[in-house]
Amino acid sequence: MCLSIPAKVLEINGEVAKVTLGGTEYNASLQLVEDVKIGDYVLIHTGFAIQKLSEKEAQETLKLFNEFEELNKQLDEEEEKTGKRIA
Amino acid sequence: MKFIDEFRNKEKAKKIVRAIENISTKEIKLMEVCGGHTMSIQKFGIPSLLPPQIELLSGPGCPVCVTDRKYIDQAIAYARLDNVIITTFGDLIRVPGSSSSLDNEKAKGRSIKIVYSILDALKIAKENPTKKVIFLAIGFETTVPGTAAGVITAAKENVDNFYVFSSHKVMPPAMNALIDEGVKINGYIGPGHVSTITGTGIYSGLAENFNVGCVISGFEPLDLLQSIYMLVKQFEEKNPKVEIQYKRAVKVEGNIKAKEMMYDVFEYRDDWWRGLGTLANSGLGISKKYAKFDAERKFDVEVEKTKEDKGCICGEILKGLKSPKDCSLFANVCDPSNPVGACMVSNEGACHAFYKYNRE
Repeated sequence: MCLSIPAKVLEINGEVAKVTLGGTEYNASLQLVEDVKIGDYVLIHTGFAIQKLSEKEAQETLKLFNEFEELNKQLDEEEEKTGKRIA
Repeated sequence: MKFIDEFRNKEKAKKIVRAIENISTKEIKLMEVCGGHTMSIQKFGIPSLLPPQIELLSGPGCPVCVTDRKYIDQAIAYARLDNVIITTFGDLIRVPGSSSSLDNEKAKGRSIKIVYSILDALKIAKENPTKKVIFLAIGFETTVPGTAAGVITAAKENVDNFYVFSSHKVMPPAMNALIDEGVKINGYIGPGHVSTITGTGIYSGLAENFNVGCVISGFEPLDLLQSIYMLVKQFEEKNPKVEIQYKRAVKVEGNIKAKEMMYDVFEYRDDWWRGLGTLANSGLGISKKYAKFDAERKFDVEVEKTKEDKGCICGEILKGLKSPKDCSLFANVCDPSNPVGACMVSNEGACHAFYKYNRE
């Protein structure tokens, strides 16, 4: 019930989109969303697209994950200096 | 970009875990209030990755689990009416009522059909003009706009044999009630898909009134770990606030079109939650404008007196006070093939998720 799955929009016919979910094609209603285009990713929930996914924001989040890598490097360097394990 | 694989990298997960360990100094309890998060947390073994001072609690985030027995009993009473077809999401059908279940009623010959979407229920109504089709509408803000769209479509297309029996609920009153009741929560892993609709405004009271932060999280392991990092950071810095980790799907303002449709069809009412009892303005009933589609206004049925199962501690589990493993029925007389309570029925329920991924 809380589950929603990212799906790619393949075709749009009025208020219905043909989307692909992990290889399976499915029809989803576009009644709840605006400005959806072919090639967009949308979250599908109980037969409705409920939100468009932003690739730009997804890339930003992935960049944030890289900051943890930087932090880990710093911790490693500090460990080398002090000889102590740093979490 | 497929929006899934990129958020499941093991090496990156290890690095976030180390960053969490690095900043976490105090005991902290974080609660998730979305069944999808409950599933992901157990599936990806998130608790086992975290340092021991960080405890994750499962809250009232599974719609099937919080739906009360009286609702099931009333749905069963509707199913027993002549010329009625009940349409329902699959996970509700096996939830025990006081003396029967929708599954039992189906076995006895009542017309109960599982649908994936309210639009499928509407199609059944159009194909069966001599029957009355009732859709059992459960779920939080993620699901409500879909129900609203179904009702608006029924009105536009003049489908006059279609009815909705609503048990739709909204999340914030339950999140506030838990803290009010004294459940110790230092931060909420905010419900990602609810928030795609609502936006962030509904959580502002948590930090202002209760000093509890909320990070709206995605569902992949890296999302959850990053959200936990953000909550621990807020807690350690004594700076509770609402933040969005799941920015690729959640906007501050939410989905305005979906919200407009939701408030066109529904209005707030008090509602009863398993474990939490009656909470003011926590449920949604059909508005006067769409009264002709409201099963409660249309059908007058006698509903049996609700009888709860005494051994089941689903209510305590939903409040984060107990773990499924504390229940004497868990994996003993209660399992997914023979569920005693709703938390074992739904695959988003804490008991079901623990049974599937964390039984040892």
